[in-house]
Amino acid sequence: MTSERPVLLRVRGVGRRYAGVTALAAIDVDVRGGEVLAIVGENGAGKSTLLKILSGVVQPSEGTLEVADARGALGGVELDGVRDATRAGIALVHQELNLAENLDVAGSIYLGREPSRFGFLDRARMRADARKWLARVGLEIDPGTLCGTLPIAQRQLVEIAKALSTESRVLILDEPTSSLTMRETDRLLEIMDELRRAGVAVVFVSHHLDEVMKIADRVIVLRDGRKTGELVRGEYDRAMIERLMVGRDIAASARREVAANAAVRLEIASLTSAHRRRRPVSFAVRAGEIVGLAGLVGAGRTEILEAIAGVTTHGGEVRLDGSALAGDASSRVRRGVAIVPEDRARNGLFLENPVAMNMSLAWIDRTSRARLVDQRAEPSLVSRMIARMQLRPPQPARRVQTLSGGNQQKTVIGRWLAVDPKVLLLDEPTRGVDVGARAEIHAEVRRLAEAGSAVVFASSELEEVLLLADRIIVMHDGAIAGELAAHEATEVAIMHLATGGAAHAHQTGTHA
Amino acid sequence: MKRALGIIGIFLAILVFSIFFAENFTTGINLMQLTNRTALYSVLALGAALVIVTGGIDLSIGSVVCLAGIMTPWLLIEHEWTPWQVIPTVLAMSAFIGLCHGLLITRLKLQPFLVTLCGLLLYRGIARWMTGDQSQGFMGEYGDVRAIALAKFSIPGLTDYRLPATVIPALVLAILIGLFLSRTVWGRWLLATGRNESAARYSGVPTAWLVTGSYVACSLLAGFGGMLFIFDIGSAQPSDFGNFYELYAIAAAVLGGCSLRGGEASVVGVLFGVATLRVLQNTITLAGYSSQIEFAVVGGVLLLGVAADELIRRYAARRLERAGAVA
Repeated sequence: MTSERPVLLRVRGVGRRYAGVTALAAIDVDVRGGEVLAIVGENGAGKSTLLKILSGVVQPSEGTLEVADARGALGGVELDGVRDATRAGIALVHQELNLAENLDVAGSIYLGREPSRFGFLDRARMRADARKWLARVGLEIDPGTLCGTLPIAQRQLVEIAKALSTESRVLILDEPTSSLTMRETDRLLEIMDELRRAGVAVVFVSHHLDEVMKIADRVIVLRDGRKTGELVRGEYDRAMIERLMVGRDIAASARREVAANAAVRLEIASLTSAHRRRRPVSFAVRAGEIVGLAGLVGAGRTEILEAIAGVTTHGGEVRLDGSALAGDASSRVRRGVAIVPEDRARNGLFLENPVAMNMSLAWIDRTSRARLVDQRAEPSLVSRMIARMQLRPPQPARRVQTLSGGNQQKTVIGRWLAVDPKVLLLDEPTRGVDVGARAEIHAEVRRLAEAGSAVVFASSELEEVLLLADRIIVMHDGAIAGELAAHEATEVAIMHLATGGAAHAHQTGTHA
Repeated sequence: MKRALGIIGIFLAILVFSIFFAENFTTGINLMQLTNRTALYSVLALGAALVIVTGGIDLSIGSVVCLAGIMTPWLLIEHEWTPWQVIPTVLAMSAFIGLCHGLLITRLKLQPFLVTLCGLLLYRGIARWMTGDQSQGFMGEYGDVRAIALAKFSIPGLTDYRLPATVIPALVLAILIGLFLSRTVWGRWLLATGRNESAARYSGVPTAWLVTGSYVACSLLAGFGGMLFIFDIGSAQPSDFGNFYELYAIAAAVLGGCSLRGGEASVVGVLFGVATLRVLQNTITLAGYSSQIEFAVVGGVLLLGVAADELIRRYAARRLERAGAVA
């Protein structure tokens, strides 16, 4: 069955070294039209390098690429830059979306190759053509809409429409679902399926094995730059992929029991966000408890975490150990409130600075004497935190920019370990983090809870919510839709509440 | 320190050129004046650097120099205040100006460029209006106070070179600011704020106060510098005193390795940046080029320095990427 589909892109023995370090070696892949090919692996396994080679962003140190011509005959090519790849019918949609926010949708799709008449922009034709490509991805929006006003999911579809508009036969998606909600993800998977049926070869990278299992015809597993397996649909299960990815079995987490008599550590009373009109939210978290905030993107979870941390202003009251928390983030940090933000590049890290500076920032004032940085305490504390977070490589002088997503996240979390936070707030704690690092981050969060922290985290991944939380608060449209104890929670029950279903009602229909 | 190496190289090259090609460059009197000027401008540039570190800018430095400088003799001579009243008043006024800038920028979220551009116009206007646009001077009095800037210290073994007193405040400030940035918690926080204001805030850094503080320090140093300048030259016109000084200060800080994007600074670099601009200006005059060309030369050197810095940075980033990127 598979063999009947035409090979559009053939990769043979491809490898890539950076300054003597092998990032990728001896990769053989056939990319076929009408097929969805998933590439999975831990961060650092070589997925990005492979995608970059396929899309002409970097050139392989060894091996060959062959691209099919119009008659289907394969011929060797060198893809020197994205332009070459585009010409060969290969398009990459980046993980970080690249749309200019101030351009409209049509302008974005035709950026750099705008249709013109007598030297003037032919706006009418551009919009008409854009509409055609938008329809291919099931997007019914006005091509005149500004990209900046579109939700992430729609921007992503615009990017895909843009890729298709270059007559691409091979569409490469780098972690396309990492910032989508469950429903948006399902929509994207449908579109990938439609493209597949139209004969397009879809290659995508994902950390979400559920999606991979749902859509992929073939799965290529990478580990440490090598292909550890190529699995064909119907011949594998989830555990097999996980084993090939990490080379070890991932242990399921043991559930913890929170003492019912533990003191209330964090109390939120009629909290309202100053930014958007939201209904007031109240809940309490005991010492040692891990509360998961579930809900769709836009349900108001981030706003709650940021209000508790004091990075945004809010109405209502936040109490820590019975006394009110007031003031901005800096005064709340001093009282033991720590936040790990959703967008770590923007709000969490100093990318150009070393790990040590990133970690010590939150507590150098506590180890200082007379406001002078303690030159001995700082490096020793940083080393301890690096060891505890199992940062790889364990180099305090390394610039955070050069670390993988998982290690960057460990750096942000490690920052707070030295201060024994009373309240730990995590927004999407393992977004863009590989399987191994995810387990380590979860273990560290549990350790902090066991030491008495009240933990509140928000996650769009139901799996993570179910795995980590002792209690689950489901949000819908800015308010608490319901609360579930870990032992009674299921994905279906959470989704029911998150999509506006009534609490305690056992109906199957969902309402948006 | 590594960031300062480039500007030290440029400085030495220009110095060698000046020694060989500018007549009278190595005379004691010229070197004394050069040291004095470098010290005076350093006070301003150090202040500018503190603001640039936060990713901001202060265009009002020259006008604060003018207002503080003009007010000093105006209060002493016209209003017959005592120096013990004048000096604290002028310094407090300068700090207050900085506080206003800082609060407008951090609380009202106005852009530093706009706030301080308004300051540039405002303070010069006030200085000119207050004095009736008349030249202000010490009328030969207050020699004891002016000695803060005018005194010269003999150095054993040197006959025609004596160290100008202005070097002392400049060096003390440089050392204090250097230690502040590298050794204190606030300095670390200030650099972090300049690098990524939002991430600093999420980490519990009181960013608004730090940024406000840096504008206070910058204006305070500009006011203090303005006083030293007027003590040094004796009298000045409100209409042109301190003109373009903010640009000299910013240029020196940038030459010295402070990125206008914020988060990077080198005090040593700033001092060498100032010295480079001063030697250039001095050499242009001494070598007999028309002084009108000075701005063009300074602009050219600044452009070269910044372009070279950017190229080196890119080269380093590429090397880092080649060495470090796996995946």
